[in-house]
Order: sequence, then C-alpha cells, then structure tokens
Amino acid sequence: MPTSMEHTDKRYEEELKKLREEILYMGGLVEDQIQKAVKTLVDRDSELAQVIIERDHEVNRLDVDIDDICIKLLALHQPAGRDLRFITTGLKITTDLERIGDMAVNICERAIELNQEPQLKPYIDIPRMARISQRMIRESLDAFVREDTDLALKVCKDDDEVDQLNAQIFRETLTFMLENAQTISRATKIASVSKYLERIADHATNIAEMVIFMVKGKSIRHMKELPPSV
Amino acid sequence: MSKNVVDSQPGQYHAEPTTMTQPRLESDQARQTTSPEAEPPRLVVEGLNIYYGASKVVHNVSLLIKTRKVTAIIGPSGCGKSTFIRCLNRMHEVTPGGRAEGRVLLDGEDLYGLNVDPVQVRRRIGMVFQKPNPFPTMSIYDNVIAGYKLNGYRNQKNLDEKVEKSLRMAALWEEVKDKLHRPGTDLSGGQQQRLCIARALAVDPEVLLMDEPCSALDPIATTKIEELIHELKETVTIVIVTHNMQQAARVSDYTAFFYLGELIEFGETHKLFTNPEKRQTEDYITGRFG
Repeated sequence: MPTSMEHTDKRYEEELKKLREEILYMGGLVEDQIQKAVKTLVDRDSELAQVIIERDHEVNRLDVDIDDICIKLLALHQPAGRDLRFITTGLKITTDLERIGDMAVNICERAIELNQEPQLKPYIDIPRMARISQRMIRESLDAFVREDTDLALKVCKDDDEVDQLNAQIFRETLTFMLENAQTISRATKIASVSKYLERIADHATNIAEMVIFMVKGKSIRHMKELPPSV
Repeated sequence: MSKNVVDSQPGQYHAEPTTMTQPRLESDQARQTTSPEAEPPRLVVEGLNIYYGASKVVHNVSLLIKTRKVTAIIGPSGCGKSTFIRCLNRMHEVTPGGRAEGRVLLDGEDLYGLNVDPVQVRRRIGMVFQKPNPFPTMSIYDNVIAGYKLNGYRNQKNLDEKVEKSLRMAALWEEVKDKLHRPGTDLSGGQQQRLCIARALAVDPEVLLMDEPCSALDPIATTKIEELIHELKETVTIVIVTHNMQQAARVSDYTAFFYLGELIEFGETHKLFTNPEKRQTEDYITGRFG
C-alpha cells in the first residue's frame, strides 16, 4: 500500500498547500498586530495606532479569501478524512484570527484615548499578557502546521496564566478607581485592554482545541478540566 | 468523539449542558436504542477466502451485514469487492474456476451448507448489476414478473399487484404505468436500472446486492437510485459496491474498505469518512494513493 503524503491530484495538493500558507500568513499578521498594538500603548504612539487600525483591512480581506479557498475546496474536491478536518478547521481558525485582529484594533483605540491623558501607571503586566497571548497564537499555529497536539494542549493550559493576569489587572485598576474617582476613565480603559488580551488568549485556545480535533478527530472543547494528554 | 472522552472518565470531564450538546446526546442515545446491535445481523461472513482457480483473491474476510442497513464496499479496482459480494449469493461459483471457502450465514443459516440450493439463495439475496440488463425481448411488465413467475406464481390478479408493488418500490411506477407492455429496453438507462431493481424486488428478497448500480448512469438518474436505496432499506438489507466514494458516504450506514483482497477497515460510514482508524483507509479516502 503506497502511503505517500502527496495526493494523486496535484492541483488539489497545491490548493491545500495554498490554504495552509494563507492561514499562516494571516496568523503572522495578526500576531504582529497585537505586538504593535500594545507597543502603541506602552510607547504612547498614537500615530502607529492609526496605522495598525488601518491594517486591520488586510486581516479582514484574508478572512474572506481563506473562506473562499475553503468553500472552493469543499465544493470541488469533496474532501474526506484528515483533509476534511483540515479544511473545516481552517474555516474556523480564520474566524478566530479575524476576531483577534479586531481586538488589536480595540487596543489601539483605547491606546489613542489613553495617550491623550497623563499615564496612570507604568505598564508591566499588560506587555506580559501581550507576550503570552502572542506566544499562544504562534504556538497554536505551529501546532496546526506540525500537527503537534502536545503543543496545542500546552497552549490550552497557558490560558490560565493570562486569566490570572487579567484578574490581577482588574483588581489593581479597581483599587485606583476606589482611591481616586479622577482615574476611573483611564483605569476602565486599562481594564478593557487587559480584557481584550484575555479574549485574544481565549481565541488562541480555540485554535489549539481545533488543532487537536484536526489531528486526533477528538473534541476537547467545553470541558471543565483539560485532559492530561490527548 | 467528545462523548467518548466524557464516557470513559465520568466526572472528570463535563460537556456543558448547552442546547448545542443536548440534542446530540439524545440522538446518540436514540441511535443506540435502534442500533442494529439489538437485532441479529442479516448476514454473517466468517473467514471467507475466495479463489479463481489456484489464485486466492480475497483473504480471510469476516464481517457482519446489519439488518435493514446499507453497507457499502469500497476500494480500488481489483481489490476484490465485486468478487466478495458475488460470494454473498453464490454467484461467484458460476464463474469458471471460482470457489469460496469459509462461511456466509443468512439469518444463521450457512449458504455454503451441503443441502443448500444456490437458486434459493439467489432468490433470497437478489442482485443488481453495473449495466442495466432488462431481458431484451420482454415487456416492462414481463421483466418485473420474470423471476416471480419462475417461482411458480401464475394468478393474473396477483401478478398485476406484484408488478405494481415492485415498480412502486423501485420508484418507477408513475413513469411506466401507461406503457407496461412496451419493451423494457425502450426505457432510459436510469429507468432500466430501476426496472432491474423492480425485478429483483419482485421475489421479496431479504438482501439486495448492488454491484456499482450507478456507474453507467448520469447524475440525475444516480440521485434517483440513491433516493431509492434510502427508501428500500426500510424493508431490505442492502450491500452496495461502489467506485464512487461520495456515493458510499451518501447512501450507506456502514462501509467496508477492501485493499488487495483484504478487508482493511469496517465501521460506521460517518466515522470512516471523517476519522478512519487505519492509515491505509485515510490515504484512500483522501485520494493519497499511488
């Protein structure tokens, strides 16, 4: 029995390869959007924030393009087995990546607002959250490309750390607000940024969960506790 | 799939009781209560080896054909799938040099037993072939009734009823009721194939074997046969050989994948086409072959 990885249909093989590359390109772009969005906040750079907001169009375009590729593959090749799981996962991953892109825009919008007022506090935990969230996106997509379920499971586990940081920032900003009502506007914006980053990590977790489904055909979504291994 | 994880470790993992998961669990349960496991399988194949002369073409196949379900046999050309189903009604031995070893039980009775009449076996297990083959000199009416008459039935009223019932079951009655005495070969390819199905159904078989029944038909005629298969499984157990994997996925409840005369994987169709167990099956259904 021949067990080569290549399809006998070369055109189909090419289209699947293109889908993989486009998803990775979109992932890379989204990761960069987050990194730069947080930079606009830390460096108080509203000009860059505007650039990042504009660049979200490209993320949206990729979302539409990738959906088109997936629908075309489904219609013309009637995929089955791991190809079917790969394509349907691709469809869902782009939705999460597109939402992450929107979160980066939201961070930039809050950054522009915050940059118009004196800085409330030095940003320490937010860049940390951003680094973890970015890493989660990168690793979830690495797991997708390498079909690495161990890495995908690690991403799911890392989400707890981001949740904890978000809770910590929320408590901290609440303290500011309780002490001085003048800080409410800025503190709520910082809490929002933290919430956006927490949501970004959730989307990365979704991607990782879908990777596990894609590779193992086993869904670990909506479980109270993560399994120790898949 | 998630259900399996939940089932295997109760208490540890928990599917959220959302409206999304609830109906799925119910339908799983429903599937289990009506599952063919509750009913004995119609056909049991045990250690079947099939030969053409000295060469063995099918190796030690064992599987269960569930009652009133559609079982599809898929695999590349020459994998032994047609040979296999021809052994289910003892058609294979008609081929010179053709013989089979092993057991095929229909409702518990071995079809290869000593006192079994192969003609009786073929009455109980009907067959439809790749190319529609109505008897060329016979009318539509006589084509349907040919096998039935051979079984000794002659009463005209019964014959009329039988023709209508069989043609209705084959979803052909409305199209031919005004021209029953025209030659069967006047019909289109798709209609001829349904006529052959009506002919097979007229003798009330328990099992219907279909050997690539749509490969000579256009897509519309194919859809009609597929719809028919779906209706027929209410009363008849169906085994279908097909080259068209999408067709197997559409019409069958269970699928068996054959390769080089061996049964590689057998299971529920939805599982086999979304997440097969064996690498060879995965390679075949995804088109990674050769």
